[in-house]
Amino acid sequence: MHSQSTALKVGSWRLQSAQDLNKLREQILSERDPARPEIVICHGTGCLANGSDKVAKAFKTAIDAAGIDAKVVPGIKTTGCHGFCSRGPLVIIRPKGLFYQRVSPKDVEEIVKRTLVEGQAVERLLYKDPKTDDLIFTEDQIPFYKLQQRVVLHNIGKIDPTDISDTIAAGGYQALAKALSTMRPEQVVKEIEKSGLRGRGGAGFPTGKKWRSALNAIKKKGRPVYVVVNGDEGDPGAFMDRTIMEGDPHAVLEGLILAAYALGAQQGYLYVRAEYPLAIRHLEIAMAQARAFGLLGENILNSGFSFDARINRGAGAFVCGESTALFTSIEGKPGNPRPKYVRSVEEGLWGRPTVLNNVETFANVPLIIERGSGWYAGLGVSHSTGTKVFSLVGKVNNVGLVEVPMGVPMAAIVEEIGGGVPNGKPFKAVQTGGPSGGCIPYRLKGTPVDFDSLTAAGSMMGSGAMIVMDDTDCVVDVGRYFLRFLEEESCGKCLPCRLGLTRMREILDNFSKGQGTEQDIEDLTSLAQAVQDGALCALGSSAPNPVLTTLRYFKEEYMAHIRDHKCPAGVCKDLITYSIDPELCTGCMSCARQCPAQCITGKKKAAHIIDAEKCLRCGICMDTCKFNAVVIS
Amino acid sequence: MITFKINDEEVQARPGWTVLETAREYGIEIPTLCFHPAVSSSGACRLCMVELREGSWSKLVASCIYPVAEGLQVYTDTERVRNVRRWVLEMLLAACPASPEIVQLAAKYNVIRSRFASKDPDQTCFVCGLCARVCEEVVGLSAIATVDRGIHKRVGAPFARPTDICVACGSCITICPTGAMQKIFDSVRGEPATALTQLA
Ligand SMILES: Cc1cc2nc3c(=O)[nH]c(=O)nc-3n(C[C@H](O)[C@H](O)[C@H](O)COP(=O)(O)O)c2cc1C
Ligand code: SF4
Ligand code: SF4
Ligand code: FES
Ligand code: FES
Repeated sequence: MHSQSTALKVGSWRLQSAQDLNKLREQILSERDPARPEIVICHGTGCLANGSDKVAKAFKTAIDAAGIDAKVVPGIKTTGCHGFCSRGPLVIIRPKGLFYQRVSPKDVEEIVKRTLVEGQAVERLLYKDPKTDDLIFTEDQIPFYKLQQRVVLHNIGKIDPTDISDTIAAGGYQALAKALSTMRPEQVVKEIEKSGLRGRGGAGFPTGKKWRSALNAIKKKGRPVYVVVNGDEGDPGAFMDRTIMEGDPHAVLEGLILAAYALGAQQGYLYVRAEYPLAIRHLEIAMAQARAFGLLGENILNSGFSFDARINRGAGAFVCGESTALFTSIEGKPGNPRPKYVRSVEEGLWGRPTVLNNVETFANVPLIIERGSGWYAGLGVSHSTGTKVFSLVGKVNNVGLVEVPMGVPMAAIVEEIGGGVPNGKPFKAVQTGGPSGGCIPYRLKGTPVDFDSLTAAGSMMGSGAMIVMDDTDCVVDVGRYFLRFLEEESCGKCLPCRLGLTRMREILDNFSKGQGTEQDIEDLTSLAQAVQDGALCALGSSAPNPVLTTLRYFKEEYMAHIRDHKCPAGVCKDLITYSIDPELCTGCMSCARQCPAQCITGKKKAAHIIDAEKCLRCGICMDTCKFNAVVIS
Repeated sequence: MITFKINDEEVQARPGWTVLETAREYGIEIPTLCFHPAVSSSGACRLCMVELREGSWSKLVASCIYPVAEGLQVYTDTERVRNVRRWVLEMLLAACPASPEIVQLAAKYNVIRSRFASKDPDQTCFVCGLCARVCEEVVGLSAIATVDRGIHKRVGAPFARPTDICVACGSCITICPTGAMQKIFDSVRGEPATALTQLA
């Protein structure tokens, strides 16, 4: 990746004080020409998967070939995810901020010629407002971004995460310098308490309270104390933490160092899913650079405070994100939750007082310390302060990562930022909190998205995955999906979870076949209660939530399955039939050619017929038909 | 001494005791299956759940691992407790239909039939892990272990590779609450190092 500054050689700078940090920052900024064009190419996991690295390469070649005047040769910067992954690969041309979407290497030559040389926009690559069809030129004018408030994500998409000078230029490590030079550890804890910050890993536990309890535990048990980052992020559809670790690794690291300072910890751990190689690499690079600059390791900023951290690769099981399972996994044992009623702040990693916080929680910490708890507490709502990052997926136009103040209505996120459901119909429900959360129905779309309101609606914040469902999603099927996921991902130790999730899923399997009685619904509810009450860890005790909330809000849909033997969403295979609308069928024969059961017959240019007896309900005909003639009933 | 209440009766316990230990001391019945005083508790079966109450707040905890504390209010036979017990027993009955111990325990709590179909009529192991724990903690070996996770969890050789460290002491067979280990002993323990140390 490309560094802005040539004068900065890692190793030659061991910062000795806050003043040193500021001097360095000023130097980096002074070497930059704000008017110099810069091509920002998203290198988040989503855009990389769509070939953004090839786009970057094409830019290098094209710029060399164009022979642009040496004084105005544009810089190329690769950044973390901009959040608008469904439009990637994204390219932004600064300083104007021209926003190009779905850029492929073959567009590059034109961008260089039209935009960089002639100063014009390449219109076909601009974002078009789907409602008004207006062309939008810059990022900040796109509705997807306009309604967001990017606080935790403020650097992502702007900085090169592999170059610490970019982070320092953007104000990174200012909070650490401030704390080390002007605050006692106790004051750091106090600030976090006053900010009202609650843990972003799911349960929303007040972070300051957790740190305070750890201080109390240390009084009794002494040190060492450990600080640990939970980067296990295993919810299907969640990628907030990955994005933060990839796009702004220093923010997580700075938050961790601040926590270590507050608690007097000398060793920290970052537990990151092994499936996140890019996040791990960026964190490793960030740690090496921070060490070289004297921001991590021995005698940080010459303050006398020493702290270092290491990365542990997660074993890949969802349950390893649970605090005690995570500790056993770091200790080198199989990641099973501990059967103990002790709090991690008293007896966590290696039996020592431990503070475990989520990636996003840590990324909030430097902002609070730098700008003050009062500023932070003014964001969001009183009981849920700050912002929250969500990954918006499912049946929504703008799939991506969004950050909003706590307490905004669900509808604002899905309909305004997300642009609503692709076919323009209202959404059916939003699943929040992944396999531990629940479905909020359309009629509750005004629900404020904060910890307590979501819990009151029967769901939970969880880590921040938001899956939008429309009328082609079946609640029975959704329940089966999450239960199947958890059956595999549970540690399997306790019986309510290991046996109960399978039995719940089997009852739902029956429903999906149109079998079952109202008694089964009652049994399902009381079994769900037993699993909630009986399971050893929160994986099991929260696992019934998707089923319980859908039973609460979509009872009729369950009844349709068992009473009328129908799946209103047209998902449960045993309850649907495919047929061909003779009015719409043109007799093109393509479905008949694709059907694996060869059960579609008809002459060329005449309406075709599906033999319902032989039909496998695979839906291939429906996908194949260009005339929407295949219908489900 | 620590004073608290079980089913509204005052009880006293030594510091470090669990709620289960205290209940047993007072002859208060709480069913257990995966608990054994000789090894550490794993809190796996959840039959020993009891309800803690404080005003309108209440929650269920596993009594075999819940440490006593001054002023606790413990209830051993509430509706929520019975609901967990009933479902665990119904599921156990279907999971281990061949174990007379489980059939008896279920019957004691009026669970005679299970609404669930049995998948293996010969199964007796419910993967409580007592066998593995006695081997590791008491015998000092780890000749057997629980392997895999989720619904695939089972008793087997550590890392699913049979070892030759089993001394055939039979402790696992003795501790097994369902008679399962008797049946699977030879298939999980690998080649014994020596038969001379056999104690059973
Ligand atoms: C099954 C399970 C999985 C979890 N996975 C994660 C995870 O991937 N990331 C995370 O931060 N917290 C996860 N948690 C929550 C953690 O146990 C813990 O509460 C959290 O990391 C604390 O950090 P916070 O206070 O900053 O939220 C999980 C909990 C459970 C029960
Ligand atoms: S609830 Fe599930 S994941 Fe948690 S301890 Fe029990 S079996 Fe393991
Ligand atoms: S063999 Fe017996 S002791 Fe071992 S896990 Fe199975 S039931 Fe428990
Ligand atoms: S990866 Fe590029 S916008 Fe998300
Ligand atoms: S006896 Fe307590 S969980 Fe099994």
